[in-house]
Amino acid sequence: MTATLSPASRAAPPPPRTKKIAGVGERLSAYAYIAPFFVIFGVFGLFPFAFTFYVALFDWNPIGDQVFIGFDNFTRMFGDPRFWNAAGNTVSIWALSTVPQLLLALVLAHVLNHARLRFALFFRMSVLVPYVTSVAATAIVFVQLFDRDYGLLNWLLGLVGVEPVDFVQSTWGSHLLIATMVTWRWFGYTTLLYLASLQSVPRSVFEAAAIDGAGPWQRFRHISVPSLRPVIIFTVVTSTIGGLQIFTEPLLIATGAPLTCGAVRQCQTLTLFLYEQGFGQFEFGYGSAVGVALFVMVVAIAALNYLLSTRIKAD
Amino acid sequence: MTTTTAPRRRRLDRVRWWTYLLLGVATVACLFPLYWMFIVATTDTATATRMPPEVVPGGNFLHLAGLVVDTVPFVQSLLNSLVVATAIGIGQAVLCALAGFAFAKLRFPGRNTLFLVVVLTMTVPTQLSVIPQYLIMSELGWVDTLQALIVPGLASAFGIFWMRQHISATISDELVQAARIDGASTGQVFWRIAFPIVRPAAFVLGLFGFVTAWNDFLWPFIVLKSPERYTAQIAIKALQNSYDVDLGLAMSGSFLATVPLVVLFVLAGRRMVAGILEGAFKG
Repeated sequence: MTATLSPASRAAPPPPRTKKIAGVGERLSAYAYIAPFFVIFGVFGLFPFAFTFYVALFDWNPIGDQVFIGFDNFTRMFGDPRFWNAAGNTVSIWALSTVPQLLLALVLAHVLNHARLRFALFFRMSVLVPYVTSVAATAIVFVQLFDRDYGLLNWLLGLVGVEPVDFVQSTWGSHLLIATMVTWRWFGYTTLLYLASLQSVPRSVFEAAAIDGAGPWQRFRHISVPSLRPVIIFTVVTSTIGGLQIFTEPLLIATGAPLTCGAVRQCQTLTLFLYEQGFGQFEFGYGSAVGVALFVMVVAIAALNYLLSTRIKAD
Repeated sequence: MTTTTAPRRRRLDRVRWWTYLLLGVATVACLFPLYWMFIVATTDTATATRMPPEVVPGGNFLHLAGLVVDTVPFVQSLLNSLVVATAIGIGQAVLCALAGFAFAKLRFPGRNTLFLVVVLTMTVPTQLSVIPQYLIMSELGWVDTLQALIVPGLASAFGIFWMRQHISATISDELVQAARIDGASTGQVFWRIAFPIVRPAAFVLGLFGFVTAWNDFLWPFIVLKSPERYTAQIAIKALQNSYDVDLGLAMSGSFLATVPLVVLFVLAGRRMVAGILEGAFKG
């Protein structure tokens, strides 16, 4: 995969003839080819990232003064029930969306991997449709489907005698609604990632297992799942980092109080809280402190992932 | 022995009925919300709220589409989205192919270190620094402009990684050397030899860049101020704010903003699926 990074190719010097032909010009053009990425990423990615830590130390009003206040923003954040509420909501929505999404993707990838499946391309394409649908459009449709008075779901629930559920106004209901949207959007993409990994398992392994009498469940449990371990860990990490950044769904579902996702902040996520503080209250310093907190969480998850994957390698 | 195993193996290997049931349910779950979007976008409020619901499209689509255009400059929003997404898609494909080519085929001091830096930047969660990003944009005077969306979207570390892998795998060093001996400059080697060969991979990368840019919400929501600059996603949000006009308004906007992507997906979705299937996790 990384042939040019391997010590073997580094040790072998290029034939002298190439060296003569590929001279200074090649080096200069090489730097010119990679420069756009480094310039753009430096200015719009890395610099703002570092700058977040700086702004977080100020009482920073975008149209007023910037006063250095040290770690006051962080002290305030740790004592702010709105922050902890948003953190709790984020974890709850993350769990409600990640677990079903990954389980569903595992099962679907396993059945899509069947050698004799018909219409395979149709199914593979269908599960990717939610991924190309925008989050905003998704939110509009799902809010309508989950509506208390006019929603299809409540109508169906009513048929079996369940009282209408006001999903948006209740804590669990709104979390469930957001988690449904996230799951819907991502399970197909995750399925294809798993399928990609499953396709590198030789088909003869599955066939041999079938001949030896392994049923569908045993083939799933003992061949597919173990071979997917690394990519499962990868998707848990990416879905966690994505889960920390959920913003559009909560902003769009509670039309009455979008920035808090409801009157009692029942579905405000951490990123929405960051936005509310930064661009609703114009507290750039406090908003940046929330950004730093989110970054610390991302690093913690990445570290946990590293520990987990080294342990799995050791198994 | 072969006579007994062969039929048995075929029986064990067949696709069970529940496999199709499962995939059928998943397909319906994936497509139904889009179908529902279409239903509500074509019916009037009274019909859309009637239970049991209508399952066939109504004839109200043009009326609602007219309302959408009256409420926000939606045609302009669709054009803005098209400009931003196309610029990002093409820009990413070209810039990443250039950088991937440099990392795969050119020799220069610091190559391995710089490539490592590119890979590491993938782990920086840039979305969390929207506040300083906004401060930079206002320093540059780019707030409420489309280049505030396009320029940052051009840098894709994953894209460089992806193009480098494809160029390493498909273009031999001998081919590059042969072209050089024939007197081709580095630029000519890239444009005449390398890029045509990896164009399919660059196309898939551009496609994903286009879709991501078209659907992006948080950053355009922060940086765009005036309705004439809105992308389609922000226009949907604006339509939602005027909910009292018509229940189906935001839905019609969502539908109009989704149709271009559905068309694109029907035309090129096969390539996107293939792109994910041959993605970074297979090797």
